[in-house]
Amino acid sequence: MTITVQIPTPLRRLTSGSARVTCAAANLDELFSALDQQFPDLKPHLRDEAGQMRRFLNVYVNEEDIRFLGGNAYVFRDGDEVLLVPSIAGG
Amino acid sequence: MRFGVRGVFCISVLFFHSGKKRISLLGRICSSLAPRKKEQPMPQYELRCRECGKSWGNQPRSICDDCFSPLEVSYDYDQLRSQVTRERIALGPPSMWRYSGLLPLPENFQPSLPTGFTPLFRAPHLAEQLGAKNLYIKNDAVCLPTLSFKDRVVAVALAQAREFGFEVVSCSSTGNLANSVAAQAARNGFRSWIFVPADLEPAKIIGTQVFGARLVRISGSYDQVNRLCSQIADEHQWGFVNVNLRPYYAEGSKTVGFEIAEQLGWRLPDNVVVPMAGGSLITKIKKAFDELITLGLVDAKPVRFFGAQATGCSPISTAVKAGNAEIDPQKPATVARSLAIGNPADGHYAIKTIKANGGWAEDVSDPGIVESIQLLAQTEGIFTETAGGVTVGCARKLYRQDRILPDETTVLCITGNGLKTTDVLAGKYAAEEPIPPKIAEFDKYLERTLDIDLPEAVEA
Repeated sequence: MTITVQIPTPLRRLTSGSARVTCAAANLDELFSALDQQFPDLKPHLRDEAGQMRRFLNVYVNEEDIRFLGGNAYVFRDGDEVLLVPSIAGG
Repeated sequence: MRFGVRGVFCISVLFFHSGKKRISLLGRICSSLAPRKKEQPMPQYELRCRECGKSWGNQPRSICDDCFSPLEVSYDYDQLRSQVTRERIALGPPSMWRYSGLLPLPENFQPSLPTGFTPLFRAPHLAEQLGAKNLYIKNDAVCLPTLSFKDRVVAVALAQAREFGFEVVSCSSTGNLANSVAAQAARNGFRSWIFVPADLEPAKIIGTQVFGARLVRISGSYDQVNRLCSQIADEHQWGFVNVNLRPYYAEGSKTVGFEIAEQLGWRLPDNVVVPMAGGSLITKIKKAFDELITLGLVDAKPVRFFGAQATGCSPISTAVKAGNAEIDPQKPATVARSLAIGNPADGHYAIKTIKANGGWAEDVSDPGIVESIQLLAQTEGIFTETAGGVTVGCARKLYRQDRILPDETTVLCITGNGLKTTDVLAGKYAAEEPIPPKIAEFDKYLERTLDIDLPEAVEA
């Protein structure tokens, strides 16, 4: 599956300035691995020492929180748009 | 050109051009013109990552670039110890600014409003209903200028917004924050852009627009508004009080804790019951108590923190009850719209705060929220909004469960005013047919409504 990932500004220094990255991945694990491969410096910002996704990182697929879509079990579809967004306080 | 003017320029261009290429171009224009920081002496506070501890100085940012974790304001307590005393606080104004030494405020900051220092008082009649004996209300339903505790956080955020050179301030909001940003922006000469879920209570929408704020209604939940605002903040670098100014903003909540301690005679309560949306307030009241202990202003005491949520949006209380350290997000469905945050950013820290000293979290149904609003009004004469109904309803459960014992000193945090959410009481009080202005008609009315026979009037 070809999906597009939008990279937030703070992480663009690790993606050679790219704001949008295209990846081939079937699920979140594969997506993170693909990003790790393409941008090795990005990995520690997305995953903790145990390899888990960072606690305060939210992943949205087509503007829906991936946890409502099944999280790791969600199977990407061609053309999915993925957003990486840090947690933001309430109001 | 100053930053805020550029912010408006970006938006006006955005309205005339559509398309993603234009938007990303605007982002680059704005990013290249970041606000300048004024020269000032080294302050006694700075931003630090809550997880990895990296220092970020003072700047409009809320996230650690290294680990994506939230930033928090940290202080040099050794330096503060000699400067912040009970006596000096007592000489301060009757507002939250009496605690300025414990807030991240710019050098020579001059407040424009007497925000905070709201009443703390005993609630004997409510206590009787809940089976309590030593119950207090901290009443932020009368906080200035917009009748919610959000006035405190906005006051600190705007102090820093001015320092960082912003002229446009913004926020995502469930209502109370919108009101407060709009009002304080007007008072302090900022322009404001406010983003809210479209289904907000009418009083909160009017109560934002009246201040001249630009209100953008989003057809989605608060969590979607919040996500959108984090993207807008990423592109445009406005002064978003709860995004890039968030670490400073959140510190304003500490003043609730400072006031509780001082108003109890410089002692800490046994328990505090706090409504939870994003989960920040409960953590900041604990931080306030911890700071007072660190500075020797109160005796150390393991205060228990109890979190209150609506059952229709209860990610934090659900996690606490299940023994989880992390929340699972929920899709909110509750009348308590000011608490309707299904993905609370501070959920992790709220759970830690609650667990620290054996506290607990509860949640209450929508009918329970409305009954609790009525109970507080009828017992203590306080008209609170739905969040206050959540606090009272959860407190009732906590007393019934013996998690809070009657003799313990317990403070309920009432954070907002009922005049903003009158819609939840629709149908509760029937509008009666008017009666003619005659005493005989009033006698008939009494007989009819009270089902009694009145004695005949005696002629003089």
